[in-house]
Amino acid sequence: MLTLEVGTPLTIGLILGTVIGVAAMLIWVERRLLGFWQERLGPNRVGPLGLFQVVADMIKIFTKEDWVPPFADRFSFVLAPAIIMVAVLMSFAVIPFGPNIGIVDSNIGILFVLAMASLGAYSVMLGGLSSDNKYALLGSLRAAAQMVSYEVFMGISLLGVVALSGSFNLRVIVEAQQDGMWYVLPQFIGFVIFLIAGVAESHRLPFDIPEAEQEICAGYHTEYSGMKFGMFFVGEYLGLVLISSLITVLFFGGWDGPAFLPPVFWFAMKAGAFICFFILLRAAIPRPRYDQLMSYGWLFLLPLSLINLLVTGAIILSTQG
Amino acid sequence: MLKLIKDTFVSQLVTLWRVFRKLFVKADTVEYPEQPPYMFPRWRGRIILSRDPDGEERCVACNLCAVACPVDCIALQKAEKEDGRWYPEFFRINFSRCIMCGFCEEACPTHAIQLTPDFEMAEYKRQDMVWEKEDMLIDGTGKYHDYNFYRVAGMSIAGKDKGEALNEEKPVNVRSLLP
Repeated sequence: MLTLEVGTPLTIGLILGTVIGVAAMLIWVERRLLGFWQERLGPNRVGPLGLFQVVADMIKIFTKEDWVPPFADRFSFVLAPAIIMVAVLMSFAVIPFGPNIGIVDSNIGILFVLAMASLGAYSVMLGGLSSDNKYALLGSLRAAAQMVSYEVFMGISLLGVVALSGSFNLRVIVEAQQDGMWYVLPQFIGFVIFLIAGVAESHRLPFDIPEAEQEICAGYHTEYSGMKFGMFFVGEYLGLVLISSLITVLFFGGWDGPAFLPPVFWFAMKAGAFICFFILLRAAIPRPRYDQLMSYGWLFLLPLSLINLLVTGAIILSTQG
Repeated sequence: MLKLIKDTFVSQLVTLWRVFRKLFVKADTVEYPEQPPYMFPRWRGRIILSRDPDGEERCVACNLCAVACPVDCIALQKAEKEDGRWYPEFFRINFSRCIMCGFCEEACPTHAIQLTPDFEMAEYKRQDMVWEKEDMLIDGTGKYHDYNFYRVAGMSIAGKDKGEALNEEKPVNVRSLLP
């Protein structure tokens, strides 16, 4: 029972603990990296290198008053932050972290992840709607439109990978890449579209239009505080980890790597590099306007992903005859 | 089309690369408590009251500093010694109001009140921000080492009558017709 196999309680516990721990540590990692990229130092006071900044933040956020505004719709207000955590954590169930590490080997892994990403949109929508606040409403409106439209290209950009490997199962996809080459080469356009759609889907900067501080305060979580805000916050970082893991699995061979290091380590390295890349995006690229984001998606990314799928399909058909 | 690709991808990648390079640039941050910043000698910080070269208080309680103070944080009361010298009976600065503008230093005719480069004056209790004369009076002369107001001013005190100050002419008898 307590072996490191797919789906044992030990594995599930380890994955859950690691993922949430990493998501919490990202608060510190992101602030530190952003600091370096802005020629500052970032938080370096609490503990060695500021590593315990997370502990300090957690103590603060847990001891804050758990406030629900009197004008808010109480049920959905409390429900919203739970949905995002649950939806993102559920997605981790199908991700293969190593040859024998994972929770489920689902035959519909990619579809499951996409479905959970769609559920995550409900969290943002409900959070904004139930707050009864104009900024929150604007934020949730934007979030709904943005997430629904970017899910389209996210799904279509993955179909190239599915067509190449012939499976929706993420573990099969990784194993197919171990035999051939990593899918980032044959599916480079799909990779770029998935990267952009992933940023928009986890509404990170530069596509954090639902919560754009400078325009609409904090968007959909304007009225949230304490641990409920913390769950939105950690949920966002969990989404970041999820997107990085997905890119690693789908395009960069998952745990595939030279044998002198354990496979999980390779997975962590690749995912970590993508997390750092997402933080670099935040540090470097300014936020587009809302209509620019929408027209960029529908007028540029959608045709591009369709063409990518078409060309991929044609090549597969012509080679396999 | 080429311009679209340049605007959407190339310029973004250039931005990413330029920001990424900052990882290897030394941070501008001054880690203050461990790494004290250089304070310029004429920095306008904590206010002190200086003494003249003979070791007497320079302040003559003329109230010009209190008048010049834009936030009215200086309070003082004039008193007089037996030898005729004026001095402040109390001299009080409320540093929770003081904005370190230095107008008092400019107004002071005797170089008594001076601002120093020290700025670490935080207190836990607001009452501790009110400084009395004993807290501000230093033993030295501050920025002006040789200046002694009573030695150059025409005011008569015990041991120095009118006309006996430095560079001072004898007083003229205005009622006399003699040259």
